[in-house]
Amino acid sequence: MASGAEAVLFWCLAPLMVIAALGLVLARKAVHATLCVVFVMVCLAVLYVAQEAPFLGIVQVVVYTGAVMMLFLFVIMLVGVDASDSLVETIRGQRLVGWLLGLGLGAVLVGVLGRVAFPEGVGLEVANEVTNPVGLARILLSDFVFALEIVGILLVTAAIAALTLTHKQRLTARVGQKEMADARVAGGGSLTPLPAPGVYAQRNAMDVPALDAQGRPLESSVSRVLRVRGQERSAPVDPQIRRLDDPGPAGPAVDPPARTTEEES
Amino acid sequence: MVDFSNDTIWTYVVKAVLIIVFLLTSVLVAIWFERKVVARMQVRPGPNVHGPFGLLQSLADAMKLLLKEDITVRAADKFVYLLAPMISVFCSLLVFAVIPLGPQVTIPFTDISTPAQLTDFPVAVLYILACASLGVYGIVLGGWASGSTYPLLGAVRSTAQVISYELAMGLSLVSVFIMVGSMSTSEIVAHQQDYWLMLPLLPAFVIYVISMIGETNRLPFDLPEAEGELVSGYMTEYSSMKFAWFFLAEYINMINVSAIATTLFLGGWRAPWPLSAVGDGMLNEGWWPILWFLAKMWGFMFLFVWIRGTLLRLRYDQFMKFGWKVLIPFALGWIVCVAVVRGVREFQGWDLQAVGIAIFVVAAVTLLVVQLIPERTPEPTAPPEPEAFDAFAGGYPVPPLPGQRLPASPRAGRPARAGIGAAPAPDEPTAHAGKEAHDE
Repeated sequence: MASGAEAVLFWCLAPLMVIAALGLVLARKAVHATLCVVFVMVCLAVLYVAQEAPFLGIVQVVVYTGAVMMLFLFVIMLVGVDASDSLVETIRGQRLVGWLLGLGLGAVLVGVLGRVAFPEGVGLEVANEVTNPVGLARILLSDFVFALEIVGILLVTAAIAALTLTHKQRLTARVGQKEMADARVAGGGSLTPLPAPGVYAQRNAMDVPALDAQGRPLESSVSRVLRVRGQERSAPVDPQIRRLDDPGPAGPAVDPPARTTEEES
Repeated sequence: MVDFSNDTIWTYVVKAVLIIVFLLTSVLVAIWFERKVVARMQVRPGPNVHGPFGLLQSLADAMKLLLKEDITVRAADKFVYLLAPMISVFCSLLVFAVIPLGPQVTIPFTDISTPAQLTDFPVAVLYILACASLGVYGIVLGGWASGSTYPLLGAVRSTAQVISYELAMGLSLVSVFIMVGSMSTSEIVAHQQDYWLMLPLLPAFVIYVISMIGETNRLPFDLPEAEGELVSGYMTEYSSMKFAWFFLAEYINMINVSAIATTLFLGGWRAPWPLSAVGDGMLNEGWWPILWFLAKMWGFMFLFVWIRGTLLRLRYDQFMKFGWKVLIPFALGWIVCVAVVRGVREFQGWDLQAVGIAIFVVAAVTLLVVQLIPERTPEPTAPPEPEAFDAFAGGYPVPPLPGQRLPASPRAGRPARAGIGAAPAPDEPTAHAGKEAHDE
């Protein structure tokens, strides 16, 4: 019989776990069902720790809750959160075979579990004498080392199989950032983003071209669609602002004071 | 492990409350610290109005957050939407329970002597990993429950990111376990009496530091909330208190991973070398060690801010490639090295110096031999002639196989444009009438 505190913990957690386990079956949304499983797993881990199997409890959370259930959530999110299952039988007689196989597995499990004989328990003091993880490691890597290696090989095989099955041969060369950049340079166009349309004190609109450093309108700054439709407007050019490359009536060398008086007048 | 046998339920309660108070105030200071340091790096003053040196700025910001309107979006799944920030904060608060802040201390005004650590058990570091992996549920569920696209994208990214970086983080911690022979935090600190584990396990330390930044979603790995792409990722639809909880959890997580790095690699609460020799180890006793612990922890916090102020955000595919193709294989290789060295020392009784010299000699000889072998230049092979392609091989339309080239489509009249910013095609309309008229 468990000690007082452990019994209290069990009777608090066990009903909650049963409710969460029912929630897994009854929840409508896949994410809620996943949450229920997570809750059951965390409670299970707490019970393991309470029963002085801290390694098992923590590994349960790290591996099953942290990685496996997270992958489930990931897949649910990727596939589409509201995707509902199709209940149409794709293979004929699939349900019947499923039931038969399930019953067979149940029968085998009952048969095996009914005949299993556990050795006499040695007690937690002996089992956890050199801390719980060390005791576990000694058993796993001495008595059960063969089983452990077989599991390891199976897992590696599964991982390699997954890699092989999802591997595909490229038909064309990979287009990465470098190839894109090379093509851009080879294309001979503008390497920078195109200039934004004109923003002036008078106007701020998509259809007005910007002016370049020399005061000429940049037609590429207006959306191509507007240009094709002929909806482009002309740039507002102040007649008093002279283009830098325009020699003007008095030639390139303009006397600054003269210009000031001209503007004031 | 340290001795907790003198502790009563009251010492546990007092320690737990102190840890929570410490974490909450640390977050306020951390926000101020981050803003101030980043500001200095960008040559501006940073917060300097409220309180001395702007210290009260984060307090004011926190009050503002609490008083803001609490919005629940209509598409949200209400229960999970509320649960997600709680999970985040709860899991982030759990980690400090096993961090040793100092050795045995005497509580002032009493004669109770107790370790400066809430608890410890043989799998303490695994417990930390478990808390971290549960904390991700907050982000993932928050993103899903918001019922909106950007948060969902942020959540999916965050799942992939945390799973892949937790692998690298776990592998880097394994080498610490192999060295120390224990997973209890206090034993790991006790093992670092002579030297910090950072020195022999430098590669593992580097991997840990990289993956801890990925784990806490900080720049340059802040892809789940990348402002430029996802508004703010999983917390886009959160406001007021619920947003504050996410914010709190993020900063507590930074403090957590810094504390773990300090404990596992930088000697925990032990004084740094010249100080540790002062007065016959006087500075390693009593309340002094908490100072060294905090100094090391805040050093890591500074590193976080420094990296944020220096590096740009990675592209998502680069980030995943870095995690899976660089960090994890490297960490695996390093574990093999550590395990071999440790096994040789433990089971063979060989002279490690002789083994090291032997490895060095073998490596040098191999290098020399490799240098002497004349380099064989690969014969330039002409690119294989494209085979004839039968688009209806076997009676069905089939795609070209490698080495076959698709014949040009008869409809390919338009000249192809190379890349995005290429020059416009010649048949595109160029100058528009009436435009040149004003161009004078």
